[in-house]
Amino acid sequence: MPGPFAGFKWQALFQDWQVFGEGFLTTITVAALGLLLALSLGIIFGMMGTSPNRLLRQLTRGYVEFFQNTPLVIQVIFLYHGLPHLGIMLPVFSIGVLGVGVYHGAYIAETIRSGIQAVPRGQLESAYSQGFSYWQGMRHIVLPQAKRIVLPPITNQAVSLIKNTSVLAMVAGGDLMYHADSWSSNNLYYGPAYIVTGLLYLSLCYPLAQWARHLEKEAEISL
Amino acid sequence: MIQDLFNLDLAFFLLDGLYITLKIAVFSIILSVFFGTLLGIAQFSKHPVYGRLSTLLIDAIRNTPLLLFILAARFTTSLQPVNSGILAMTIFTSAIMAEIIRGGLNSVHKGQWEAARSQGLSYIQTFVHIILPQAFRNMIPPLLSQCTTVIKDTSFIWAIGVEDLTGKGMIIMGKYGSTAQVFTIFGTIAGLYFIVNYALSLTARYQQKRLAARSY
Repeated sequence: MPGPFAGFKWQALFQDWQVFGEGFLTTITVAALGLLLALSLGIIFGMMGTSPNRLLRQLTRGYVEFFQNTPLVIQVIFLYHGLPHLGIMLPVFSIGVLGVGVYHGAYIAETIRSGIQAVPRGQLESAYSQGFSYWQGMRHIVLPQAKRIVLPPITNQAVSLIKNTSVLAMVAGGDLMYHADSWSSNNLYYGPAYIVTGLLYLSLCYPLAQWARHLEKEAEISL
Repeated sequence: MIQDLFNLDLAFFLLDGLYITLKIAVFSIILSVFFGTLLGIAQFSKHPVYGRLSTLLIDAIRNTPLLLFILAARFTTSLQPVNSGILAMTIFTSAIMAEIIRGGLNSVHKGQWEAARSQGLSYIQTFVHIILPQAFRNMIPPLLSQCTTVIKDTSFIWAIGVEDLTGKGMIIMGKYGSTAQVFTIFGTIAGLYFIVNYALSLTARYQQKRLAARSY
């Protein structure tokens, strides 16, 4: 019996490289658009979470708690199986973007909220005393200081987001994991398929994770 | 009709799924705390061989999706589905636990080492009696929030056919397919996950506040 990493299995994989290439491209696109959505939601809800308005704060709490405490898999399956009952048929591609975007948006919102709150209250008060409005004080005084604190955890969230796009494989989403899974369950060449898939994800996530580590060190030094 | 869903059989069927979810999560958490501690201490020690080896392992695991480990554990080993799930979650979570433990160890001020060593304590004694107790306090909040993540991520194991809470929910949904029924089922599954995880999240936040109040 040939081993799990026999040469001909690798050969078969490299002959079908387009299958993996296509999946990889889908994963990158979904991750990029998902990250954009997550960042937008994170910034909006993160700032709402520190606003003086109580209703806005409670709205943020609801959003963050719901999405942080229920599994991404359930949310994505809901978009896939649940929404069509209401006549909303989303293509799997947008399900991926919406799924990881809204899920990680909740984590980023929480990070940004605590980052803003980590800036001493006196900063905003002295901005007021200099004649700044709430928004001016936020924009010019508080947010630039919060940025340093929140950038490393947000970068780590980006890494998790890329990894979590693999949830698409569970709804036949055409991403890298889906193609790896269906390719290898057709011919049973699991070994090479998993190694190559792992390396492709690693090539996306590793640079980001290293950058997050670098930012963390920088933030420590400047404190 | 929604009423068709309100019977004890279905309730027990779902709770059985919740039991499997929690079983996988608890085993994975206990095992990964153990392996994560080994990896974290190895990395913290900056040992020329073990330190680098654990950094390599942690980086490789942390930057690969959980689903890949789940599929690989299922199809390249001869383990039972539930056990292969536990194996995959343990490998994946160990790397994260190691980072949490290393972070906790790093958070203890260097002066504590120096003070303990100057009092004549050995390296091991300093580590066990001075550093670990302080580091452990700082690790509790991220550890608890990681537990939430493990419970949520267990739902990926439905991909290899394990009937956890998600799996059982999907099976029920296959039988009761009207709009109202599907939404009730989604609501119930999400609600069960939410109750367990929210309780954990609240505990994590309470611990964090307590630590913040006691910090010096």
